[in-house]
Amino acid sequence: MTDKALSGITVIDFTEGISGPYATKLLADYGATVIKIESPGVGDGTRRSGPFPDDLPHIEKSGMFLFLNTNKKSVTLNLETNAGAKIAQELLKNADAIVESYKPGTMDRFGLSYQDVKEINPKLSYISISNFGQTGPYKDYDLSEIVLYAMGGEMYSTGLEDESPLMLGPNMSLFQGGAIAAVGSLGTIYRSQLEGSGQHVDISLMECLAGSIDRRMATTLAYEYTGEITERKALSAVGYPLGVYPCADGYFELVGGLLRWNQVVQMLGSPPELLDPKWSTPEAMQDPELNAEFDEIFFPWILSKTKQELWSLAQANNIQSAPLNNMEDVASDPYFKEQGYFTNIAHPVAGDFLFPGAPWIMSETPWEIQTPAPLLGEHTQELLSAIGYTPNDLVRLREQNCI
Amino acid sequence: MDKLPLQGIRILDMTVVWAGPYAATLLADLGAEVIRIESIQTLAPTTRGIMARPPETVIQNLPPFAGGYPDRQGGDRPWNRSPQFNSHGRNKLSMTVDLRTTRGKEIFNRLVSVSDIFIDNNVAETMEKLGISYAAMKSIKEDIIAIRMPAYGDSGDYKRYRAFGVHMANALGHGLVRGYPDMDPSTNSGEFVVDAAAGAQAAAAAMMALIYRNKSGKGQLIELPSARATFAYLSKSFLEHTITGRIPESLGNRDSTAIQGCYPCIGDDRWIAITITNDHEWNQFVTAIGNPTWAMQPEFKNHLSRRQHHDMLDEHISSWTQSQDNQEAMHLLQSAGVISGPIMDVRDALNDPHLKDRNFYVEASTPDTGTYRYPTTPFKMSETPLTIRRGPVMLGQDNDYVYREVLGVSDAEFNELVQEGHIGTEYVAEIG
Repeated sequence: MTDKALSGITVIDFTEGISGPYATKLLADYGATVIKIESPGVGDGTRRSGPFPDDLPHIEKSGMFLFLNTNKKSVTLNLETNAGAKIAQELLKNADAIVESYKPGTMDRFGLSYQDVKEINPKLSYISISNFGQTGPYKDYDLSEIVLYAMGGEMYSTGLEDESPLMLGPNMSLFQGGAIAAVGSLGTIYRSQLEGSGQHVDISLMECLAGSIDRRMATTLAYEYTGEITERKALSAVGYPLGVYPCADGYFELVGGLLRWNQVVQMLGSPPELLDPKWSTPEAMQDPELNAEFDEIFFPWILSKTKQELWSLAQANNIQSAPLNNMEDVASDPYFKEQGYFTNIAHPVAGDFLFPGAPWIMSETPWEIQTPAPLLGEHTQELLSAIGYTPNDLVRLREQNCI
Repeated sequence: MDKLPLQGIRILDMTVVWAGPYAATLLADLGAEVIRIESIQTLAPTTRGIMARPPETVIQNLPPFAGGYPDRQGGDRPWNRSPQFNSHGRNKLSMTVDLRTTRGKEIFNRLVSVSDIFIDNNVAETMEKLGISYAAMKSIKEDIIAIRMPAYGDSGDYKRYRAFGVHMANALGHGLVRGYPDMDPSTNSGEFVVDAAAGAQAAAAAMMALIYRNKSGKGQLIELPSARATFAYLSKSFLEHTITGRIPESLGNRDSTAIQGCYPCIGDDRWIAITITNDHEWNQFVTAIGNPTWAMQPEFKNHLSRRQHHDMLDEHISSWTQSQDNQEAMHLLQSAGVISGPIMDVRDALNDPHLKDRNFYVEASTPDTGTYRYPTTPFKMSETPLTIRRGPVMLGQDNDYVYREVLGVSDAEFNELVQEGHIGTEYVAEIG
């Protein structure tokens, strides 16, 4: 078996939804053994969210669940019962980390708080991911993608002046919270591997966004420095060409402006009217009349070309740019395909679909889908037997609705 | 345990703009010694500002994140005052060296020999021109870990493609699944999701490589294209296509299964976001807002019918929110179990009682900017509390430490390096 970056590290995973499972997916796909604890008969709520094949809901066929839970094992435990909570404690004895995303206080109720498990296993890294953190006035509040972006992120300045603020595409902020949680988890695990003692990390999704490079950190600081609030507004008169333009078969985005004016002229075939030095001063770039005059030359040109033609042309001239692809364009892009942006995963119940692939490539330790997302409780028997439960015990636990 | 998680790890940081610097910030927050390798002869635009010394007229016209220098004044050293740079400049060190010279390359190699990780996100040409490669670093330090963050990949057709985050997001489909649904996507405003996504994941990848090095003794090269690292974020839209065959379009502020929107409240440009996912939450919502008669009409009798009449429902919800304060409405609704929250501008965020209670913003100072509040790290650790150990690093601030203590250069050599233009704290006048 090829060595993986995180081979030998065992994580007990009490997360559901998007953020927590994405954090533990990153660990699992790079080699950690991740044991996902789900409630018997119910499981992670994401099992009930789509997209589903033929739009038919089925707990083993949710696209998002199948994506977020690759390489994990599923054990069903009813943590509300003493026997269920005891099994969780036994699993934690030999684990390296626990990642949980329950509402603050829930793990205490199960006897699985940081204080509780530290007694059982002092080297354990204990990572809590929650909406707003373990403390503070909002700690019990709930969130969704839009509420997370509204409160933590830069929704206020996203969109147009005369319209309401605008969220990003589905799940973008929830994934960011998950990636940040993976960073916090790995930092703690790294240190506990060296020193043999773990600690508790409290990660608030709101703070992951409030401290994010997706503008919020910088706009916060700009307010501190100047007292100016970053408002919603369309980009206008800040240099040409700049932003999203319609083209022959869709839309294309590029950045010209002062720094790349010569490349822009070259890309446009050096038309004589653009060779006038009046175009290339900082003042000109901010002059609304020149911006309008430029548009009159630029629009007929860009409207005559497809987004792929434009991408090749712009890149040949070193201009930052991209087409606005739809998901069909993305799935059929030969470069993304050849580079491994996608991976096919065959699942015994759901079937065979294309999923996003390795997020990065490590030269010594591969990313690999060894097993598709688990069926609900698929590994209960295997993992409980491994810690000494007999077939009779399992029958009894099942009857008592503990597993 | 008294050591910060990454204490003792030295990182050479040649990152620019947003994504790479953010990765380095997260690693620095966790305790690594992050040394930014900078140069007084060259400025990577949009890192420490779009220009070293932007003219007054340019500064005034830039959006706040770029032009919001303290009091909108560049000052003597604008590069130390840029809100863009300073927002991620905490906990790092900075040294300067001219890598285009033989002596500069020699200094770089000496740094490699005493470091654990090298990270950069420059375009491929820049590193090729400087002769910096993983193979060369590995020959100096066998177990070095290197992280390269190209836009799309370090091989193949798009290797040399140039892009900011928003371009990569569009190439991956984000531009057509966000935006006002009834409007042209050319009205979309900017976003830096790709920088945030790639930055965070580069930090995760770095630590995975460290964990592996501890058990194997081996370093490795990590290729982390920013676009690639972000693709997972678009999984829902991508899977909708690969699993159902549909091509998803923007839903604006709505959701594919819930009742959801952004609704106006009392005050100027005040809003609240509300998500209602099922019948139970709807009932809680209706009770919380005082059982208005409109909520009883047959169009709103169950979740499905409410989704079918979403436009009509939005008008009614707005009629309620318009008489509400958005903060108070959040408390009212959340107490009833309804997912909601105000759209917080930056002033709201800095004054938010919850973030205050958790000390999320802390004061930090530099001689060139003075004292201000900065967002701090998103990790609250029980045994090794993390914070802003030093304010945003100034250009060349740590030349003394890095040259004398890390590399052990003599006074004579140090002076020569100053003479030759390697060591300095101000960009040369020629670059503007």
